[in-house]
Amino acid sequence: MSDSVIRIERLYKEYVTDAGTVPVLRDVAVTVMPGEFVAIMGPSGSGKSTFMNILGCLDVATSGNYFLNGRDVNRLDRDELALLRNQVIGFVFQGFNLLPRANLEDNVALPLIYRGIGRTERLAHANAMLEKVGLGKYSRSRPNQISGGQQQRVAIARALVNQPKLLLADEPTGNLDTRTSKEIMTLFSELNQRDGITIVLITHEPDIAAYAHRLVRLADGQVIYDGPVEHAAPEHLEPTA
Amino acid sequence: MITPMLSEAWMAMWANRLRTILTMLGMVIGVGAVILMLAVGQGAQQQVQASIASMGSNLFIILSGSTTSGGLRMGGGAIPTLTVADAQSMEDLPSIGSVAPSSPGTAQLVYGPNNWSTQIIGTTPSYLQVRDWQLAAGSPFTDSDIRSATRVALVGQTVAQNLFGEENPVEKTIRIKNSPYVVLGVLAAKGQSLDGRDQDDTVLVPVTTAQRKLFGTQFAGTVRFIMVQADSAEAMPRVEKSINELLRQRHRIREGADNDFSVRNLTAMANTAAETAQVMSLMLGAIASISLLVGGIGIMNIMLVSVTERTREIGIRMAIGARGKDILLQFLLEAIIISVIGCLIGVLLGVGGALAVSKISGMAVVVTISSILMAFAVAAAVGIFFGWYPARKASLLRPIDALRFQ
Repeated sequence: MSDSVIRIERLYKEYVTDAGTVPVLRDVAVTVMPGEFVAIMGPSGSGKSTFMNILGCLDVATSGNYFLNGRDVNRLDRDELALLRNQVIGFVFQGFNLLPRANLEDNVALPLIYRGIGRTERLAHANAMLEKVGLGKYSRSRPNQISGGQQQRVAIARALVNQPKLLLADEPTGNLDTRTSKEIMTLFSELNQRDGITIVLITHEPDIAAYAHRLVRLADGQVIYDGPVEHAAPEHLEPTA
Repeated sequence: MITPMLSEAWMAMWANRLRTILTMLGMVIGVGAVILMLAVGQGAQQQVQASIASMGSNLFIILSGSTTSGGLRMGGGAIPTLTVADAQSMEDLPSIGSVAPSSPGTAQLVYGPNNWSTQIIGTTPSYLQVRDWQLAAGSPFTDSDIRSATRVALVGQTVAQNLFGEENPVEKTIRIKNSPYVVLGVLAAKGQSLDGRDQDDTVLVPVTTAQRKLFGTQFAGTVRFIMVQADSAEAMPRVEKSINELLRQRHRIREGADNDFSVRNLTAMANTAAETAQVMSLMLGAIASISLLVGGIGIMNIMLVSVTERTREIGIRMAIGARGKDILLQFLLEAIIISVIGCLIGVLLGVGGALAVSKISGMAVVVTISSILMAFAVAAAVGIFFGWYPARKASLLRPIDALRFQ
């Protein structure tokens, strides 16, 4: 158990609003081993985005344990969490979240700045990553000069540039058409199989979930299914968007 | 860590060029105004100080006072009550440097085809010490000239130029009221007095010559005023008191009666003028500093807008591993770069403006390194001070809130 990438136990998350306390996650327990490819599905409001943000150390749980790569996240301060986000986790967002002013190589090299790596080395790494996602020749372009699918590839390159153990993707194909979605998912599969990167992604679509090996279905803040994708009941694979 | 942050900051500033320039403008104007105002203020101060130095130091001037005869009160100096003998007796008082009895008048001077009307002061050789006045050429008259009331003169620079032009006046003979006077020497240039008179437009002759041969006197031996120089500034109150006592005794003024003379402390008046100039200079600097402050607030304003506008960017940076201090540094650097560049331009404009002012208006301006350094230090401090709050605000954002910000 100690070599798991993610170990979550009795996780609760509540939001305090004017209307009172709203529970979002209730007693969630999930363990992810290295090299796994996990898809998280669930209807809107099921708490999957909140779950993802907690996984990514962007948000903190109200109670419960979260061990990331063997470290107790609850005991870490802001700077240590930033270090985890920088070196252990790679994040891919639905909206790509690239910096519009910076060209692609600068965008991909951004995480390396916060590791204190010199410019020449940064750009070398960044260009190697762009090459890997098939965008080597666009390194000087701006994000608004390329397509959505290409932008998501850049975001993946940025997520990978620090060689993270864990790649978290929050609806990475949500803004893309079917064909481009397939290309992105093929890239994820390759990264998982060839490079052994652990991947957790959120999706609404069953055919995207099918690329994963394991499905976690959330409803009302609870895990209602956790097992191989191919054994999931049809209602657990229902599109949710 | 600083280098990539610098280029990040530069990128952000370049992306918002117009806004960056407008923000900088506040700094430029603030620093420029401080430098210009300090230059003008210090120039004025220096001018006043030069005038004071030209007057001589630790000076008293004793004037004949008013007299009352048969209920008719005459104005000050109406009847000359001071004499050369009064002056001589003062020399024996303690802490007194030099005493110069003076009898001024106005007359027409003639040399060859040139003539010039000027103020002529009958005085003693100690006048030069009292006024701290050097000779540019020739030699002063002596006590024996005083005793024998010889017709000799020392001429000021303005007089020398108007009568002699390029010629050397020494040993030449000029005519004053149709009598020949030998020019013994030329006084060094002194420039304007505090009240703007040309101090070089003057001629000095022995006091006895003035009294007996040039102007005559109502009563034998009287002079219009006596200039007295104290040994030191500290001795001045003591000297003033002893002069009063001595003159009351000599003039046989009864207990309780008014003085028939008045003693004025010229140095105190000069110091007042110097203080006024200094206060002016401070005021100008203070007013200019306010514009610097306003410039700083402008920076804070823009940085706050910038932080709000770029909240999402901050979220992205935090999601990929930026620490709070990385964000803090990035925004702080932006503020500092804006204020330092603004300051540099402001210094250039301020110095240029000061030179232009002195060229156009002829005012004395003094740009000191210390005022430039001060403006620089203040600008950097303003940048840090007003950049700190927005930068800190940005660095304390929770990553999830920043990312969700629309």
